Amino acid sequence: MALIHSVVRKPFDFAEQALGKVFPAQWNPLLNLGALGFFFYWIITASGIYVYIFFDTGIHNAYASIEYMTHEQWYMAGVMRSLHRYASDALIVVMLLHLVREFGLERYRGARWFSWVTGIAVLMLIYVSGISGYWLVWDKLAQYVAIVSTEWLDWLPIFGEPVARNFLSPQTLDNRFFTLMIFMHIAVPLIALAVLWIHLQRVSKPRINPPRGLAIGTFVSMLALSLVFPAVSQAPADLAQVPGTVGLDWFYLPLYPLLENWPGTVTWTAAFCMTVIAFAVPFLPPMRKLPVAVVDLENCNGCSRCHYDCPYEAIDMIARTDGRPFEAEPAVDASKCVACGICAGSCPTSMPFRRVTGLSPGIDLPDLTMETLRDQVHDVCDRLTGDNRVLIFSCMHAVPAKSINVPGVASVELRCIGHLPPAFIDYVLSRKLADGVLLAGCSENACHARLGVEWTQARIAGERDPHLRARVPRERVRTVWVGRSGSRLLESELSEFSSGLSAVPGIKVPPAGPATRERDKVDA
Amino acid sequence: MPSVLQYLGQGAFYALAAAFTGYLSLYPTYQQVPADKAQVKLSFAHGAHRVEACRRLTPKEIAALPPKERRPNTCSRERTEIFVELFVNGELLYSESLQPTGLSRDGPARTYRKFLVPAGNHTIKARLRDSTRDSGFDYETERRVELAPLQNLAVDFKADRGGFVFR
Repeated sequence: MALIHSVVRKPFDFAEQALGKVFPAQWNPLLNLGALGFFFYWIITASGIYVYIFFDTGIHNAYASIEYMTHEQWYMAGVMRSLHRYASDALIVVMLLHLVREFGLERYRGARWFSWVTGIAVLMLIYVSGISGYWLVWDKLAQYVAIVSTEWLDWLPIFGEPVARNFLSPQTLDNRFFTLMIFMHIAVPLIALAVLWIHLQRVSKPRINPPRGLAIGTFVSMLALSLVFPAVSQAPADLAQVPGTVGLDWFYLPLYPLLENWPGTVTWTAAFCMTVIAFAVPFLPPMRKLPVAVVDLENCNGCSRCHYDCPYEAIDMIARTDGRPFEAEPAVDASKCVACGICAGSCPTSMPFRRVTGLSPGIDLPDLTMETLRDQVHDVCDRLTGDNRVLIFSCMHAVPAKSINVPGVASVELRCIGHLPPAFIDYVLSRKLADGVLLAGCSENACHARLGVEWTQARIAGERDPHLRARVPRERVRTVWVGRSGSRLLESELSEFSSGLSAVPGIKVPPAGPATRERDKVDA
Repeated sequence: MPSVLQYLGQGAFYALAAAFTGYLSLYPTYQQVPADKAQVKLSFAHGAHRVEACRRLTPKEIAALPPKERRPNTCSRERTEIFVELFVNGELLYSESLQPTGLSRDGPARTYRKFLVPAGNHTIKARLRDSTRDSGFDYETERRVELAPLQNLAVDFKADRGGFVFR
């Protein structure tokens, strides 16, 4: 399975890097696939409403009304029709890319099964609504779609009379079936929107709008395509004729030639198996459910930072249960927690300076505690030699920093870069365990745990609690957001950072008097 | 702030994405049926005769029924199978025994078949047996038709219109 993930991920890593050269990180289309999906959905909705105004819903006049839009009112209704079509195609592209990318990144298992399963449902609904849309044009393609779809459905023994008989000859054509298609074409996207809303229920702060620059670029390209290559109808449907040659929309109808030519037993079995597998993928072995975050009320004052920082809404604040004089306490929902550690990184008690009472924060990962992290920091830093010693804190989903074999450089791996409490940076530098700290996380806007990079940037900038103390010289801290395939960039950043450390002043730590020592016991 | 080169790169990406979308939304075209062929589509849904004919109930049988269900006749639900054949230019193209639908086998038997034939003149004969007879056919229709390229000839069956309907 790991091999499959790796093979799927590699093209995305490559494309992400290539696009990263021309797009700012926040505009990179590959890092905004979900938001682009929403954007296309809104374009489809707006253009669909406009087109519907001029659309004749009777099967005998539908074609003529669309021809009017395309040729007579090309400047508005025609453009809207083209936008409707091309945005629908683009929606399928971004949804499929989104699906495959999440699979490659292994973001579909464990607590993320919910988003995966609802995403598959949305994809199926979008296909149904798109295919029903082609039906409404009632041209040769619509005739082909109608006949192949109904012939395929007729394989199931659920209809008393073959539905495809509606399209046997011009005399059997029925307006009522067409009306049903119009109803479906409106109702199914609305159902899809409702499922999309459910799809987002387990993520906090979902990005459902692309950044303005990307939105403008995307819309302009769609508009240009609509003007240069407007969507047009094929010849009008004629049931006395076989469509012969049709221009297929390969985004929605790639399987139609197979449906038409393969036996129903094969196509229905394949469809059934593929559907079951698609829904079951998150539950297939090997399961790697990591132990979820654990709350330690002894060290928790109910500050809610973990609640606000959790990217998956896995932490609720509930009434205090231990009788201590605080209003609330965090409660971890194990079914939503992905064990990214961002909550532990946000906890103000994740304070490595604590020695006497032990490093036990209010919330922590049981299999990678803050105490373990501190021990790891000491272990690797004790072996550091030279003048410009650098400690790398790296995300396990970003470039593997352990592979860097440079004298004077050591690394500690985290679940997510947001797992790192800023106090660790202060600790490493003020205790002179290293001369510089480099944080290597996922690409900007592509954090594996969604918000780790964003929160870390805000914490270092002092914009989000817990923030990095002002006494830490920022010149001794470097962030590199590179993703898995950015080892070269990391090495060059590391080299530049390391060589520049000699000229940077260190932390001014007050002399270790009794007061300082006492304070270090609990806090820095 | 992106540089001019980056903006150009973005423009190239958008152009490629738009070209990809526009092209695959219509091309390559798909040839469903060769241009020199025509199609004969045989389809119908028809309820055959009952396996057992209706019969009059005896006075004793009527008396045994609950008062609200008393009737002079009784009919079995099960229908017989339908045997159908289609010939083109004397060559048997299709022959099948169609079973009645429904759990009690009381629904219509149905079929939906498509056959490609070369465009041109053809003699098409369809015949059907929907009764309990062992041999022979209850309906038979033969037509001489000229099929244009890509023409779709529907062969339907309507018992109330006398049998097979060509359209």
